[in-house]
Amino acid sequence: MVAADEIKEGDVLLELEDVHMTFGKVQALIGVNLKIRKGEIHSVIGPNGAGKTVMMNCINGLYQPQQGNIHFKNQRINHLKPYERADLGMARTFQKVEVFGGLTVLDNIRLGRHVHFRSGILSGAAYLGKTKREEIEHRTFIEEQIIDLLEIQHIRSKPVGMLPYGLQKRVELGRALALEPELLILDEPLAGLNLEEVEDMARFILDVNQEMHWRVTCLLVEHDMGVVMDLSDRVFVLNFGYMIMDGKPEDVQNNPEVIKAYLGEEDLYATRA
Amino acid sequence: MEITKDLTIPKLFYEKARSYGDDRVAMREKQFGIWRPITWKRYFDEVKYLSLGLVSLGLEDGDKIAMIGDNRPEGLWAEMAALCSRGVGVWLFQDCLIDEVKYIVDHSDTKFLFGEGQEEVDKAISIFHECPKLQKVIWDDPKGMRNYDQDFLISLKEVQQRGRELEAQQPDLFEKIVRKGHGDEVALLFYTSGTTSAPKGALLSHNNMLMMGKHLMEVDPCRESDDYVSYLPFAWIGEQMMSISCGLQIGYTINFPEEPETAQENIREIGPHVMFAPPRMYEQMTRSVQVKYLDATWLKRKFYEIAHNIGYRVADYRFKKKPIPPFWNLLHKLSLLTVQKKLKDHLGLSRVRHAYTGGAAMGPDHFRFFHALGVNLKQIYGQTEVAGISVVHRDGDIKFDTVGHPIPGTEVRITDEGEIITRSPSVFLGYYKNPEATEKALRDGWLHSDDKGFVDDDGHLVVFDRTKDVFTLRDGKPFSPQYLETRLKFSPYIKDSWVIGDRRDYVTAVMCIDYAVVGKWADEKKINYTSYHELSQQAEVYDLVERQIRQANKDLPESARIARFTNLYKELDPDDDELTRTRKLRRSFVEKRYEDIVNALYSDAEMVHIDTTIKYEDGRQSDIKTDLTIRQTGD
Repeated sequence: MVAADEIKEGDVLLELEDVHMTFGKVQALIGVNLKIRKGEIHSVIGPNGAGKTVMMNCINGLYQPQQGNIHFKNQRINHLKPYERADLGMARTFQKVEVFGGLTVLDNIRLGRHVHFRSGILSGAAYLGKTKREEIEHRTFIEEQIIDLLEIQHIRSKPVGMLPYGLQKRVELGRALALEPELLILDEPLAGLNLEEVEDMARFILDVNQEMHWRVTCLLVEHDMGVVMDLSDRVFVLNFGYMIMDGKPEDVQNNPEVIKAYLGEEDLYATRA
Repeated sequence: MEITKDLTIPKLFYEKARSYGDDRVAMREKQFGIWRPITWKRYFDEVKYLSLGLVSLGLEDGDKIAMIGDNRPEGLWAEMAALCSRGVGVWLFQDCLIDEVKYIVDHSDTKFLFGEGQEEVDKAISIFHECPKLQKVIWDDPKGMRNYDQDFLISLKEVQQRGRELEAQQPDLFEKIVRKGHGDEVALLFYTSGTTSAPKGALLSHNNMLMMGKHLMEVDPCRESDDYVSYLPFAWIGEQMMSISCGLQIGYTINFPEEPETAQENIREIGPHVMFAPPRMYEQMTRSVQVKYLDATWLKRKFYEIAHNIGYRVADYRFKKKPIPPFWNLLHKLSLLTVQKKLKDHLGLSRVRHAYTGGAAMGPDHFRFFHALGVNLKQIYGQTEVAGISVVHRDGDIKFDTVGHPIPGTEVRITDEGEIITRSPSVFLGYYKNPEATEKALRDGWLHSDDKGFVDDDGHLVVFDRTKDVFTLRDGKPFSPQYLETRLKFSPYIKDSWVIGDRRDYVTAVMCIDYAVVGKWADEKKINYTSYHELSQQAEVYDLVERQIRQANKDLPESARIARFTNLYKELDPDDDELTRTRKLRRSFVEKRYEDIVNALYSDAEMVHIDTTIKYEDGRQSDIKTDLTIRQTGD
């Protein structure tokens, strides 16, 4: 096992400490430790069934781990519900897109903005003064920061269910961004996309990570090794519940244990040439 | 304002901007979902500072400034600034590949290159060291530009800042430079894509451009209050004619769509009064109506059919210049109210007074379609070398197989060999660095077009095709393959076609299906396919294509009918040099490239084996080994 580099405590955004998660007799996570620093793109890789999605579900609160601690912004969040974690600044996308098919693109993204609305039901019904101003401010944010970034102007008012898969994934990312999260969990954002869409999506991830007004820390679960090695600052390798390694991409690529467990299987290492 | 030899585009711009000031909107751009107006005052300021900025970067008289990018205000500012600082504007097609960009930038001796954003900057960086005369690359969209630190890159804002500093030192410099210009100086250097050879750079003067706009608007006056949507490439002379030649003179508002993908939607929102587009745009509109029709419910389809039949009937009366009987007039009003008004609105055509099509031949079916809808669609004939157009239909005198009468100030003649020649104040100055081609094109002030045609009994000009493209059929008759090709394209299932048959025993065709439309059709018929190539080779698809061909074969003489055809495994693509950037077929090129297919079409073979590599837009390559079926067209 290779230890992660020394990290200063203040830099850590999310920390998993000895997390265990079991379903009946299946041990999905066994003593997982992970530290994600502010501003980095941290990828989690591992073969199918390694427990990656379980780990994500533990982080955003869909699952409660039986043992261990999860800290977000120096606060223990084990007991918090997913929506409470969203309030703290955590957003995610799903491996299989989970959008509201009947709503338009704009409405889907607006929904993600919900946590930032301050006015109540009654003033919303009247739609006057402050509420109106607030609504316009949020719409401006969505238009200028999200729709423009993701290049989805042409589908703004289309129902999401009618769109091709690649665009649905983009909309889902848009909805997550509407939260203006500090941590963005991306569960296989590239799965099922064609090469052009992969390149677009990789560009968007880099943009939200690096552009001045975003600077979002990303936790990325992905199978496409080419993209993972290109984008990530650090890579975390998971194998059937155990952490094999957490380090820089180039170290991960050269680690014999990783190669044996994962990269060595050529078809799994398949990247889009 | 009278157009004298002394008048230049910048001088006209200066006067217009001064007289309109903040009171009128020069252009609009949809941005972040909202139409944002730009007044003449702001247009003027943006151009002034950009222009002075170019001067401070070292621009000298006659230097070339190339531009590449989507239609947007910054693009027009760049062009106007280039002209105002006495440079020469060179536009590149937005989708030009790197080799084409390199050829044009290098051949034109471009000093400054305006690119829109990251994509264009990437292209510029990869050619920068191969084009020694190129000094600076200017960009305006900051998206994705954070990691670029090449010292030859500079943002449009920085250039304008330099312009402001220069103005502070010499407050009247801009006016002085603008005053220096003369109408006979070169304004634009436009590269014609050419169906046969490497691009040639046509030099157009200020006077060429301005006279063009003046003469066109003498035929079809535009109004100050008109709206125009600029969405076709600025590198196309037709767009220049509308945005610069006409737009600047009359001062109508130019509207820029939010993104290329939203153009159709944005046109609908604006509802332009004037429109000029190549046939493919109108073909696309027709197709979208036909596809919607196929999807509609029975009742809607019936309504559409009835309304359209009435429309065709009325249009035919008009074509024949006969009065419309009151009964048909009433029906027409009714169909207008119930169906056509709505349909026109969907296509963004509800306010169009004049719609023009040119640049390539348009099939009679498409032409009649729009007239049946009540759209005043006219053919034009023109070329880059006359700064736009020379011949156009007049209102109420439209024949769909002709292109109309010459515009004022323009003489058109047919030589003994049948070639169309033109003389007008808009005839260009010559080709850049190509005296042989200039000599061939310009003889005694007449522009030789290399197009064949004749003048019919009503004085309308009829244009055949490029001389080389006219076929001789086996019975010795001349025949235009484009005529058949455009007829075939009227079918929504056919994207492109290539008709072969010069000095052959019979006529054949290579067909490209429309992937989206045929794909949908296949889904409904439960036909499985995974790719364009696989879909194109399905027997059912062959049946479908054969039906479309038989439709197009109808009422043609037997010798001109398509006897055999095959479906190509890919679409024809400008990136593969098969089409020009304006989507004209490059016959000699495809004939060479698909020699095996042509040979098979003229043998008894029922299959042709293909073993080739295709390059995808994203740079991937894949080998294709396949057999294409060849089908005999039944009667």
